[in-house]
Amino acid sequence: MMEKWRITQRLLRHSSKLLFDRPLNRSASHISAFRFASGHRETFVERGLGSASSIKYRRFGSAATEIQRNTSFSTLNVDDISYFKEILGEKNVIQDKDVLLNANTDWMRKYKGSSKLLLQPKTTNEVSQILKYCNSRRLAVVPQGGNTGLVGGSVPVFDEVKSCHVIINVGSMNNIIAFDKVSGTLVCEAGCILENLVSFLDDQGFIMPLDLGAKGSCQIGGNVSTNAGGLRLVRYGSLHGNVLGLEVVLANGDVLDMLGTLRKDNTGYDLKHLFIGSEGSLGIVTKVSILTPLKLSSVNLAFLACKDYFSCQKLLLEAKSKLGEILSAFEFLDNQAMDLVRYFWLEKLKVLNHLEGARNPLHSSMHNFYVLIETTGSNESYDREKIEAFLLRSMEDGLISDGVLAQDINQASSFWRIREGVPEALMKAGAVYKYDLSLPVEKMYDLVEEMRLRLGQTAKVIGYGHLGDGNLHLNISAPQYNDAIFAQIEPYVYEWTSKHRGSISAEHGLGLMKANKIFYSKSPETVQVMGSIKKLLDPNGILNPYKVLPYLLSSYH
Amino acid sequence: MLMLLNLLEITKLSQNELPLPYHTKLDSLSSRPRWRARDDNQASTMRIMVAIKRVVDYAVKIRVKPDKTGVETNNVKMSMNPFCEIALEEALRIKESGLASEVVAVSMGPSQCVDTLRTGLAMGADRGIHVEATSVLYSLTVAKILKSLVEVEKPGLLFLGKQAIDDDCNQTGQMVAGLLSWPQATFASKVVLDKEKQVATVDREVDGGLETLSLDLPAVITTDLRLNQPRYATLPNIMKAKSKVIKKYTPQELNVDIKSDLEVIQVTEPPKRKAGVIVSSVDELIDKLKNEAHVI
Repeated sequence: MMEKWRITQRLLRHSSKLLFDRPLNRSASHISAFRFASGHRETFVERGLGSASSIKYRRFGSAATEIQRNTSFSTLNVDDISYFKEILGEKNVIQDKDVLLNANTDWMRKYKGSSKLLLQPKTTNEVSQILKYCNSRRLAVVPQGGNTGLVGGSVPVFDEVKSCHVIINVGSMNNIIAFDKVSGTLVCEAGCILENLVSFLDDQGFIMPLDLGAKGSCQIGGNVSTNAGGLRLVRYGSLHGNVLGLEVVLANGDVLDMLGTLRKDNTGYDLKHLFIGSEGSLGIVTKVSILTPLKLSSVNLAFLACKDYFSCQKLLLEAKSKLGEILSAFEFLDNQAMDLVRYFWLEKLKVLNHLEGARNPLHSSMHNFYVLIETTGSNESYDREKIEAFLLRSMEDGLISDGVLAQDINQASSFWRIREGVPEALMKAGAVYKYDLSLPVEKMYDLVEEMRLRLGQTAKVIGYGHLGDGNLHLNISAPQYNDAIFAQIEPYVYEWTSKHRGSISAEHGLGLMKANKIFYSKSPETVQVMGSIKKLLDPNGILNPYKVLPYLLSSYH
Repeated sequence: MLMLLNLLEITKLSQNELPLPYHTKLDSLSSRPRWRARDDNQASTMRIMVAIKRVVDYAVKIRVKPDKTGVETNNVKMSMNPFCEIALEEALRIKESGLASEVVAVSMGPSQCVDTLRTGLAMGADRGIHVEATSVLYSLTVAKILKSLVEVEKPGLLFLGKQAIDDDCNQTGQMVAGLLSWPQATFASKVVLDKEKQVATVDREVDGGLETLSLDLPAVITTDLRLNQPRYATLPNIMKAKSKVIKKYTPQELNVDIKSDLEVIQVTEPPKRKAGVIVSSVDELIDKLKNEAHVI
């Protein structure tokens, strides 16, 4: 815990340093976009006020952007609060400071808002009434689920001077409405926690089509709103394919009932897709209908070593053709990532004095790349035969230099712990610049190598991610945050990604962090249409302001 | 002797249970001659037999069959019993240190037990024996079959897991030792062999701490959780395992009658824990403790 705190402090200290590199006039509408988590504020005061009456901007590992506070929002008043109490009941209107502190801070503790009000509606009707009221009063609204996002999409900002943000948390809307065993269709409310859905389905013999590390806290409404990816995407596809229907409340309080359970429905524009991945900027998802796959009993997992990236690519191609219908995950990490995890384990080992499943499955440390291949099928002996034949063949062909095959679930989880341990190990290693990029598979690792050349000895460049989906997690790890390193990374990484027609956000979304970076991945014309849609559905710009789209397109004065 | 023991310890560690930064250190160690049986001219010929059981994987949530005749095993992931894995690992380490010449893995039950034996062979066992039986086997029957196999194979050591995680019987090792009139060491957390004296020194975990036993070979040893950390099955070893032999027996061929004196009447899930209640006053609490819980 202490360690985590220390890292946060370090992270924040760095952020505040960046904050002060761009002078701005002090005025009510030009105020720092962000406040900082406790302890950090001192730095702000000390430096900010000390430096000749100018307030400057902070940058969060992304190039600085000027965001103006939208002056058209109203200030929350006593009448508003009593109105909310009237429709929601006393105890669902929360003004408690401790609860609000959590709701105002994101999971990475990178962004901090200062909203004074959190609402916990229990029904769609209540959400509708809240939004209708907020729209007429021009109060800004931040829809919030589990608050586990990585790009600051779920925290309110710009509330320092006047309080105009209302946080709507749909966590109390957590009922499972229906489950059809024949079609595998699950209908539930938006506040259901992913893990609860997983265990509900487990009893029915089904699984959720998505799986991610935050499953114990994240909610399905948030998953849909951010189009969360995760480990099973290579097999079951994105939520655009798995979500069959949605119920959404628009900014003006209108309820869009699109809660179909049909696989096929070609009647007019399929509007539900607008709300999948739009990060709560077009409407609040209140109910979800989702297609769930059957739980299959035969799962195999291999942990393999490859000598170069080309072998990894060939192995992916081979896996797709030879394992075909049973392939369910294809993940990779490079030796730098592996070294970090090993080092992290060794440290842990010293502290805990036991092994914690920390053994490396492979004997030699001389491998350049590691690949995890998982298969999921219905017939144990058939699948086993298939994956063994595939692995032995790949070994003979020289695509794999070493490897192990999990013999039971315990071994399988210890292999997964290596892959899932990378982000944690990175956090422990010091400062880290994180990028979540979609790139053509054959070009993907070139970026990692180019960054190594650019940065030389100053920082470690680590590449890992969902190779099967063409999703690279590029992480640059340095002893501490450093402007010179940062200047070497951005905008180069974004430009490189753009040049290769990649996406600057594969699964994390744009949120606050990358709202102004959208042009690296989308044409001006496309973004313009997005702006028109936003204006049509949310004419007052009250829904999740300053997020997803560049500021000028999402706010209207 | 002490020094030799230390070396054996290090050799054990070097298998694969540590994160790699240790390996660099250990690689230099492995270039030294490994400690072998004291009499190097006379290669060890001891055979070790290991019993391995196929059980519902320990990470799987157990479900009782609707007709309450047993636990659902259809479409459920089955794996080697974790204690058996440890037993096999120990046997393999003894063989690798030169104190045994062959490790034979034995499994009993339906035809799918062959999968479990293949896992054992991929870990490094030299050959397998499968005693095919479709009906349920209870500890005493298993012990009798093992006794017959011991008479055929004549091992110097018989390793078993201390218990199987499905029935939690913790009986087979003791029963087979009794049937064979061999010495036994159960719940082993450390095993040291002296080939010359034909003695095994075994640490066992008991309530008060550790108990050290010295056993004459041949003997039965059942293994506890902290004895070792089993290795993974590597691809080259999985490949090698494919050509290893699994010999089949029926209980009849071994002259064991598999009728049992036990009858399972019903298998049910443990009762669900009731949700707690919040009491509003100390008086109410006392009242409930007195009149509902009857504890005060």
